[in-house]
Amino acid sequence: MDKNSNTYTYIFALIMVTVVAALLSGASIALKDRQEMNVEQEKQQSILKSIGVNLDRAQSAEQFSNYITEQLVIQNGSAIESETSAFDIKMDEAIDLSVEERQVPLYVATKNDTTFYVIPLRGKGLWGPIWGYISLLDDGNTVYGTTFDHKSETPGLGAEIVGDQFQNQFFGKEIMNNGEFVSVSVVKTGASNEHEVDGISGGTITSVGVDKMLDDCLRPYVGYFNNRATALNAE
Amino acid sequence: MSTETQEVAKKSEPLFSKKNRRLMTDPLNENNPITVQVLGICSALAITVKLEPAIVMSLSVFFVLGAGNVIISLMRNLIPNRIRIIVQLVVVASLVILVDQTLKAFLYDVSKQLSVFVGLIITNCIIMGRFEAFALGNTPWKSFLDAVGNAAGYGAILIMVAFVRELFGSGALFGVDVLSWTGIYEIGYVNNGMMLLPPMALIIVAIIIWIQRSRTKSLIEE
Repeated sequence: MDKNSNTYTYIFALIMVTVVAALLSGASIALKDRQEMNVEQEKQQSILKSIGVNLDRAQSAEQFSNYITEQLVIQNGSAIESETSAFDIKMDEAIDLSVEERQVPLYVATKNDTTFYVIPLRGKGLWGPIWGYISLLDDGNTVYGTTFDHKSETPGLGAEIVGDQFQNQFFGKEIMNNGEFVSVSVVKTGASNEHEVDGISGGTITSVGVDKMLDDCLRPYVGYFNNRATALNAE
Repeated sequence: MSTETQEVAKKSEPLFSKKNRRLMTDPLNENNPITVQVLGICSALAITVKLEPAIVMSLSVFFVLGAGNVIISLMRNLIPNRIRIIVQLVVVASLVILVDQTLKAFLYDVSKQLSVFVGLIITNCIIMGRFEAFALGNTPWKSFLDAVGNAAGYGAILIMVAFVRELFGSGALFGVDVLSWTGIYEIGYVNNGMMLLPPMALIIVAIIIWIQRSRTKSLIEE
């Protein structure tokens, strides 16, 4: 057959496309379960890391239920019954809604008989999304630990938010000031009180992103912690 | 840029004949894809901030180029001339998707590190360049050797650039703070933030080209 004829070209293209499509969809179906498992395990790993439990991915999946005792869905200050389980809530969609409308997950963790609250975070960095988890002590005020991650921040600059040097600053910071929600601010230099941490020099936009993310993602929980405190006092 | 198709050897010859060895060694120096042909510059800017991704990228390019060159070479008598670029693109895109999916399933941490860069292998001009210039006109074995040579030449430059950028930009190698051990920071040394930005990769590549040209007589232009 003439290799330069239209018929040959069409037949060749048709066969090539079919073979490639079959190959790629086959690979995608075969590998899908493993890929989803990896993503889920990584999420469990990050949640545990925010309460200071450092395990590898496989161990995190095993130990997750030992540490995380309860998974709540919070809306407008109270725990609600929701169709989606807390773990499956997509934060990137949740943050598009107003603080009152949002349904957000709250993980209740226990480590050495101490209770922690783990709150998922999601926001915007310089080049793409940033996300993470922040754990609070039982008072719903004092920060115990954080895990931050990002998709494509500049290595060596904005990407340093994943480093211990940045994250360790959050330990012991407070998100409330005399009963008012103030979040933890990421400031340029000289963090001076328990509501501020130092940003990353050269990573200003990412630092501002972390600042906004904290404010935005912690806010929906303030009502819940307040209601809980009132309920506890009444008892 | 040398894009003309190289001659096919007709006689059967030993696997590692002198000619075949040259296919591997030429791209390391006199015909280096980055410094001489100036291909694949885009990825040389993007992933050379740290050594580790640079090495993984080199290995991925090695795999994609090796497999792709052999596939194209096997099909070289079947590919219709008029759609050959599309065929090449389909081959490289499918290989890259396969690599990406496999990394996500079995080497999740590596795939997170590389993130978008695996996808960018598709746009790496070296790969299409070798398909078009070499694999379309040569036997699979020769094409494979050519791929090995070009991937190694590409990787060598990438690793050199990444070494300089990570050492002077972050004071580290493979993420380990080597410069802080030398005590150089106490006497006032500061990491050069410029090194972390893409333009410095170009400048370092340019310096490598300068050194290479001054040492290799055949590259000196009249």
